[in-house]
Amino acid sequence: MEKREVIYRHSGAVRLTHWVNALVLLVLLMSGLQIFNAHPALYLGSKSDFERPVMAMGAVQDGERVKGVTTVFGHAFDTTGAFGLAGDAENGYEDRGFPWWSTLPGHRDLATGRRWHFFFAWLFLFNGLAYLLWSLASGHLRRDLAPSGKELKHIGASIWEHVRLKFPTGEEAKRYNVLQKLAYLLVALILLPLMLLTGLAMSPGMDAAFPFLLDMFGGRQSARTIHFIAASGIVIFVVVHLVMVLISGVWNNLRSMITGRYVIAPAEDKP
Amino acid sequence: MSGERRLDRRGFLARGLAAASAALLGGCEDLSDQPWVRRVLDSAETLTHVTQRALLSPEALAREYSEADLSRDFKANGSTDPEDPDYVTHAKNGFADWKLVVGGLVEEPLELSLAEIRAMPSRTQITRHDCVEGWSCIGKWKGVPLSALLEKAKLKQDARYIVFYCADDLGQTGTEADKYYESIGLADAFHAQTILAYEMNDQTLPIPHGAPLRLRVERQLGYKMAKYVMRIEAVDGLASIRGGRGGFWEDLGYEWYAGI
Repeated sequence: MEKREVIYRHSGAVRLTHWVNALVLLVLLMSGLQIFNAHPALYLGSKSDFERPVMAMGAVQDGERVKGVTTVFGHAFDTTGAFGLAGDAENGYEDRGFPWWSTLPGHRDLATGRRWHFFFAWLFLFNGLAYLLWSLASGHLRRDLAPSGKELKHIGASIWEHVRLKFPTGEEAKRYNVLQKLAYLLVALILLPLMLLTGLAMSPGMDAAFPFLLDMFGGRQSARTIHFIAASGIVIFVVVHLVMVLISGVWNNLRSMITGRYVIAPAEDKP
Repeated sequence: MSGERRLDRRGFLARGLAAASAALLGGCEDLSDQPWVRRVLDSAETLTHVTQRALLSPEALAREYSEADLSRDFKANGSTDPEDPDYVTHAKNGFADWKLVVGGLVEEPLELSLAEIRAMPSRTQITRHDCVEGWSCIGKWKGVPLSALLEKAKLKQDARYIVFYCADDLGQTGTEADKYYESIGLADAFHAQTILAYEMNDQTLPIPHGAPLRLRVERQLGYKMAKYVMRIEAVDGLASIRGGRGGFWEDLGYEWYAGI
């Protein structure tokens, strides 16, 4: 049996910005859902066409019953209990987009939700800039995240490994695999900056200072819709990320993101 | 039965998760109510205000749209039909005897009829109205630039803010102290697009949208744009007015600087 090798996987800067980002994104998501609930509907273009939302949540009376209904591109889905309607017959119903446990604060309070959102948006900006500048200057971006041409060519093999839930060992395990690299780049360079820009495009002050923000996204209401979709994309990434952390050695992964040290499983003997 | 047991376990897990998230959220709810947390969170408003002021030149205009972009159904939010007896009397009369009062820290206090205001220079603009709730509508506004009124009244040296007192009682308590009011700084007060509108979409401004006069501050959110403006006052500070935060919604926790 080979001796177990411990490498220093994550630098202090990556570890710190990772955990700050995790907390900041959780607060931004939950306060963002509080803000969304103030008008739980999305539109395309500059203005809101109240008759034709792209997506809307609300309560409707269905005979004796009250239902929560989510409409997407004109198709209505009964989402009672999840979206559009909260509460029960005993305690009374409430017309509500996302449920109380997903919003900050839990009760309806747009003013406080905005305070949380904009304070943490500034933290998000400072933390994200620190990460990106450090990644560029230290070579983290080029060395650890940019996939090589060879890796991209073998992306099919990497997908097949993931499908079989087989994770690299030995030398291979010392680097991110190509799917990991692409997922992290997508989030760090596309989705998170997109959140910032679409957020700014919703600000009437920023729109006056930088009118191209409106043209970039096809109007303020489109920017709001893209903000929602990109946030959903980040939620999906986080779910997949957590599942991968859990099934590829949860303690090893957690320790490496806290102390930096990561244990490399010995390479399997090849026949 | 194993099926029942599994359901039980699922129920237990669900209850556990609900309890855990309730504890976490409860913590955050309590946090929101802590004065020091509130002060820390509120500091973001100052940072946003200072940053936007630095990025936003005093002349930069909010985007203006074309007739084709007008909303077919411009949402009327907040008060839509004030019950104040004086207001109702003036509304019945088409505001013919009504007068806008301009006072406070000015050299020449004014009382202007709607006809006199209409005789002043005007500006027409098609702009997007962004509600703090998230929706937007596009409307065409015609009115007198606030700067023209303030130049006529001649602001005193120490004037820093312009306060707008309104006829509507959004707090629904029927007291004078609970009526709508708003305030803006001088940078916004003298901005080219800051007008007191008396026409909307080529019609006399309708009551749901703030007749006889509605403020337009196009680089901020909708709640800054007070409807049913009765009186304008130039002041050197906001702390002694009503809740002390410069507006009806501000006194309830919303940002005074609503550029985001």
